[in-house]
Parts: sequence; C-alpha cells; structure tokens
Amino acid sequence: MKLSISTYLNKTTSAAPLAVFRVFFGIMMGLSIVRFWYNDWIDLLYIQPKFHFTYFGFEFIKPLGVYTYVLFAICGIAAIFVALGFKYRIAIITFFLSFTYIELMDKTTYLNHYYFITLLSFIMIFIPANAHFSVDNIFRRKTYQNIPKWTIDSIKLLLGIVYFYAGLAKLNSDWLFKAMPLKIWLPSKYDLPFIGENLMQQNWFHFAMSWSGMLYDLCIPFLLLYKKTRWFAFGLVVIFHVFTRVLFPIGMFPFIMIVSTLIFFEANFHLKIITFFKRILSFLSLQSKPENLRKIEAVSQFHIKKKAIVIPLFAAFFAIQMLFPFRYLLYPNELFWTEEGYRLSWRVMLMEKMGIATFKIVDSETGSFFYVDNKDFLTPFQEKQMSFQPDFILEYAHYLGDHFTSQGHKNVQVFVESYVALNGRLSQPYIDKTVDLYAEKESFKPKHWILPFNDDIKGL
Amino acid sequence: MIKKIFIAILAVSFIVACSSSSSSGDDSPVATDDFDRGALLTNLADNIIIPAFQDLSAKLVTLTADKDAFVADANQTNLDNLRASWLEAYKVWQHVEMFNIGKAEELTYSFQMNIYPVSTTDVEANISAGNADLTHVNNNDAVGFPAVDYMLYGVADSDAEILTKYEDDKYKAYLSDLVNQMESLTETVLTDWTSSYRATFVSSTSNTVTSSLNKFVNDYVNYYESGLRSRKIGIPAGIFSGGNLFPDKVEGYYSQEFSMVLALEALKAVQDTFNGTGYNNSTSDNSLKSYLDYLNVDEDGDDLAFLINSQLDLSRSKIKVLDDSFSDQIETDNTKMTLAYDDLQRAVVLFKVDMMGALQIGLDAGYIDNDGD
Repeated sequence: MKLSISTYLNKTTSAAPLAVFRVFFGIMMGLSIVRFWYNDWIDLLYIQPKFHFTYFGFEFIKPLGVYTYVLFAICGIAAIFVALGFKYRIAIITFFLSFTYIELMDKTTYLNHYYFITLLSFIMIFIPANAHFSVDNIFRRKTYQNIPKWTIDSIKLLLGIVYFYAGLAKLNSDWLFKAMPLKIWLPSKYDLPFIGENLMQQNWFHFAMSWSGMLYDLCIPFLLLYKKTRWFAFGLVVIFHVFTRVLFPIGMFPFIMIVSTLIFFEANFHLKIITFFKRILSFLSLQSKPENLRKIEAVSQFHIKKKAIVIPLFAAFFAIQMLFPFRYLLYPNELFWTEEGYRLSWRVMLMEKMGIATFKIVDSETGSFFYVDNKDFLTPFQEKQMSFQPDFILEYAHYLGDHFTSQGHKNVQVFVESYVALNGRLSQPYIDKTVDLYAEKESFKPKHWILPFNDDIKGL
Repeated sequence: MIKKIFIAILAVSFIVACSSSSSSGDDSPVATDDFDRGALLTNLADNIIIPAFQDLSAKLVTLTADKDAFVADANQTNLDNLRASWLEAYKVWQHVEMFNIGKAEELTYSFQMNIYPVSTTDVEANISAGNADLTHVNNNDAVGFPAVDYMLYGVADSDAEILTKYEDDKYKAYLSDLVNQMESLTETVLTDWTSSYRATFVSSTSNTVTSSLNKFVNDYVNYYESGLRSRKIGIPAGIFSGGNLFPDKVEGYYSQEFSMVLALEALKAVQDTFNGTGYNNSTSDNSLKSYLDYLNVDEDGDDLAFLINSQLDLSRSKIKVLDDSFSDQIETDNTKMTLAYDDLQRAVVLFKVDMMGALQIGLDAGYIDNDGD
C-alpha cells in the first residue's frame, strides 16, 4: 500500500495538459473580470450598497470604496500573467488572494462557481503550471517536458468532486420525484425559440431533465477518466453546459467548465493545442526571435520543491473537500429550509426559494414600534437574497439594531415577520417573530429561531 | 474489474433513466404551452384597461362641465353637482392607478393625479401666484384629485364660506386649471392606448425585464403593496411611524366621508384585474388567476389563486367594518385599521412571494448571474 502510494507520487506525465489548462484558466478569468467591469457590476454590487453581508469570521473583509476597482484590476492583470505563465507563482498567489478577497466582500453574490475558482487557484499555487509553454520558460531558459502526475490529477479530482457532489445533492425527493425546481423554471422559458412553447412546458421533459442532470453530474467524472468514453463525455459536457447557458443566467461558468474538462485529455491532444497556439503567436510575429528560443533548454523532469509539505497539504485539502459538504448532517432541520451547511457544498440549481422579510424595531420599555423599509438600506438584489437566508436575516437585524441605536432610539429590539416559499410550496412563516434577533448571536450552532419546515424532503 | 463495475453502473443508470422518463410520462397528461399570454394581455387591454380609461375620461368630461358651470355661477347647487362628479371620477380613478405603464409611466401620470396628502401651502401659493406649472414635479402634491378635494371641501369651514372663497377669481382659475389638466392628461393616456400602445402592449409577452407582461405584473404588485396597502391604510394608521397616527394622510381627507368607498373601489379593481373580470361586464377571461391555475405549481397543496381571492375577500370584510372616514376611524379606534392592514399584508406575501415565484417574474436588480442557490 505504502509502496503503491509512493510509486504513484513518483509517476510523471506530460506537462502539456497543465500548461494548456493554465492558459485557458487565465484567459477565462481575465474575461470574467472584464465582463464584470464592463457590466458595471463593481459599482452595483460593491460601491453602491450601504451595507454588505459578510461571511462569519471574515467580517473585516469589506469593499474598498473606489479602490475596489484597483482590486479588480489587480485580479484581472494577475489572471493575464497566469495565462502567459509570466512570474507565474507570484501571479497565481496574487490572483488567489485578490479573487478570494472579492468573493468575501459580500456574500450576497455567493456562487458555487466562484468558490470553485478560489479552490482551483489555491491548488494552482502549488503545482508547476508554468513548467511548459510559458513566458517563465523563456526567462529561465528552461522548459520541462514532464511533471509529477499527481499535480494534474489534483485538478481532475477537484473537478470530479464538483460534479459528483453536485450529483449527490440532486438525490433528493424534490429534484427526482417532483422535478423541482425545474418544473417552475423551465416553463418560464416560454419565449425560447423552437422549444419554448412545447418542450419546456412538458411534464415529462422536466423529469427527464432532472434525472439526466443528476446522472450527468454523477457519471461525468468517470466518463471523462475512462479513455474510451472520453470524447463522448466531452460531447456531453459541451451539450449540457451550452444548454444550461441558454436556459439560465449563469454567466461564464459553463465556458469555464467546458475548457477545464479538457485537462482529462491526453498529452498529444494538448501538444496539438500548443502547436496551434504557437502558430498563432508566430503569425502575430510575437515569437520572432527564434535564436532566443533555441537557447531554451528542454529538461525532462520537473521536480516539486518542498514535496514533504505540499503532499500532506493536498491530502488534507482533499479530505476536507470531501467531508465539508456533509457538515449539514450535524444540523437537525431540513437543509433546504434552514440553509445551515448549504453553501460551499456544490449545491447548484436545487432550490426555487423566495421570501419576504418585514423588520419591526421595538422599544422594549414602551412597546412602541415601527417597520423598516428594506429599500432604505439594501439593494433589490441584497433584499432578495436576505429574505430567505437566516444568516443574512440575522446580520441585517443587527445592522438595523445598531443603526437605530446610534440614531438615538432606546432599548432597541429587532423582530422580523417573514415568509418563505420553497420549490413550489406555498409560503410559510419562516422566522419566529417573537424572537428579538438583536439579542441573538451568529454562530455555527443550529438557529433555534427558524420555524419548522412542515414538510419532508427525503434524500441526501 | 473496475471497468466491469463501471459498465455495470452505467447500464443500471441508463435503465433507471429510461424507466423513469417513461413512467413519469405515463402519469401526466401531455401538456403543451396552452396558456396564451397574448390573450391575457389582450383581455387586460380590451376589457379592463381601455374601458376603465374610457370611463374615467367620460367622468372627467362631466366633471369639467360641472366645473365650468360652477365657475360661471358659484352656488350651492353647482357645488353639490361638482362634488358628486368629482367623487364619481375619483372612484373610476381607482381602476386605472395600477396601470403605470406606457404613456402613464412616461408622464408620471399617477403622480399628477393622486398624490396625497395634498400640500395646502403649495395649493394656496399656486392660487395667489396664478398660472402655476401644474406638471412640475414640485406640484405633484398640489394637483389631481386630492387638490380638488381640498378645493371643494377644505378651503373653508362651511359650504357658505367655501362659496365665498370662490368670489375670488384666482380660486376659480386654479380649480379650473386643475380639472382641465386632469382631463387632458387622461385624454393623452387614453388616446395613446387606443391609437398605438395597445398593439405594443399585447404583443410584448416575453419573459424579460422590459416586456409588458413583466412590467404589468411588477406594477400591479407594487400598486397593491404601496398604493393600496400602505398609502390608503398603513401610513395613516401609523404602521410605519412607530404608532404615530396620521389621520390627515388618508385619501379624501377634506371630504371626510369617502376614504372607505375609495379603498373598497381600489380593492375591487385589484381583484377584478387579478381575475380578468371585465370593467364593463362581469365575464372573466385570461388573467393572472388563470395563469396561476395553468401553472398549478403546488399540485398537492391549495390553489394559490383561490387563496389570493380568499385573502382579498377577507381584507374587504375588514375594510367594510371601518368608518366611512378613515380619519375618524383612526381617531376613535385605530385597532380596526391595523387589523385591516394585517390582512392586506398577508396578500402581499401571496402576491410577492408565491405568485411572483410561480410566474418566475423577477425583479430588475441589474445583476443577473446566479447558479440557482
């Protein structure tokens, strides 16, 4: 056993797939930042709001006012450097830090795929993605043909976890036996050409999509690993992600996944891509100094430094990744209802959840009260996200409590009357309206003030 | 070995996949998209919106005629006639305020017709200055039905004294300008509907932020929440002001006796629109109700459209027990106002959470990326 692990760790493979992956990753991230900027979302999401929802334990991470643009610029430039493989290690560390900082600024914008990018860029800090086909090669006058196999496999493993756990999360009665939430979402796409007014409205189609989505997520990592099914699997990847892109506003994510899965292909395929890149570069006459290139020494093996630290780190990282999504089991109530342990677990597209939350500020001495207009404090997007997530409701209640106390109100208590509808069920009262949320503290403990769900969703 | 297990898993998955789709195909009727959103909009335009605007326009023509008579001869009979036609028009107004779309939106029509409480200071200033720009945003609280309410009931304490006020031509001129402006604005909006906007409106059925279907639903829910629930009941009853009561912020404050009539009329308009009931007849056609019935999202639970209607009925019964004058009600027993508010609020939840969720009509937050969690 021990021997086989160390044999595995000593295995090497072509450096080309990782180099191609690095290029695509950098380009995609650069485009994502440009798109975000171009759509003016930096202003909308990070500058305009008066108040930001923070992650528990990361309350100190806040937008930087106009300097938030600088942060995005740094992140975008770092992404380009990653694509070029120029000062790679510094670039990827910068990217990881700036991107993660951006994500931690406001959890209103939390998306699983942003979390995926954070994890991926963390892994990439420790692996030699610049060993081949990089600007660093030119400066070091060294290019490496082979790298340890486990470095590429770690990316495959992370991708595999994302898909497989997304599939596991779909093993629940709402998804499989009620076709929820697709049954709500698909018919609303009635204005799609050709399929909007027929296929999208069919009950069987909602079920077919639910089941095939589940099977796709569970099987695709294995189909990609297995050589004979790889091209078929890649075809499925393209179809699946393009289809979801057409149906849902999921931004860059489908394209990122499509190019990421290329890493499952063999070295020859990636060498062809690199040759293609080189042809474009020489066509643009960027590679006009062949005498320079000739001086680059081709080294067969790349050796990871500090392997004794990196390997245990990766082992721990992946162990956490595999266990973390199951933390919801430590909470007593329905996961979809309370969302305790919901995020950071590859639960995508599982819920149609809407809510309304009306906050009441009470003077505990006199009993006098008034209601808050959420629009005075939150953007429409923040209000929407707040209305059905207990940790948002609590944080906002504290913000309101602090705000009105600082305005001179005395003995402030904050109550909320809220209703939430989940996956087509009628709205139900959500938070106990008799609990003063201003006196409740955020923690990882179960939140006793969330009212019971009154229904049962079976499954994982 | 691994290969074999893998193939076995794959085979089982495909069998599961095939059997699942065929079984679900069996127990459900084949549904194509037989809900016609164009028909919903057409019914709205042809049987609700345009007839209501036509009636409002007719009532405002009468109002203008009665105003002309009053301006020519400011006596008690003419004042009574004028007040009566003002009330008739105000009731019809309750049926159009929610349609803040097209020309009405462009002109901020409802701001020029029904902002209350009226600013008597602004009104008096306009009267003494003469020739005020009634369309100016600063005059929104000095024009429209609430301003006429003040002009006909509030400029003095008794009818005799009011009539005395109108010996001053400046009062006559302002009253005249107000009514003329209301009539001409309404005419502009109605003409736009009947000439070109109707076609635009009924054809824009897509599910986008700017489509008329989505805008109508957003306006409708917004009107119910803010125009009806908050402004007519919640704000005067002190719901948003820590129990500080505002009996002077009711609709029709100066005439004193019509706030309930107007609120009931508005509630009827909201419910008729929901059910697609025609303005001039009681036949119902494609509507939000039939759309919700078609979508029938919660198959096991109660019917959402039924719940909405029940809740609106319940709200009506709570409004009917109030005093004709909400001001008096607030001053004598505000609890009944807050009870009415609570039931109106419960319908806000049904509209904003359940109905908007079922229709998948989102708010325009500018930011669209999500992965559905």
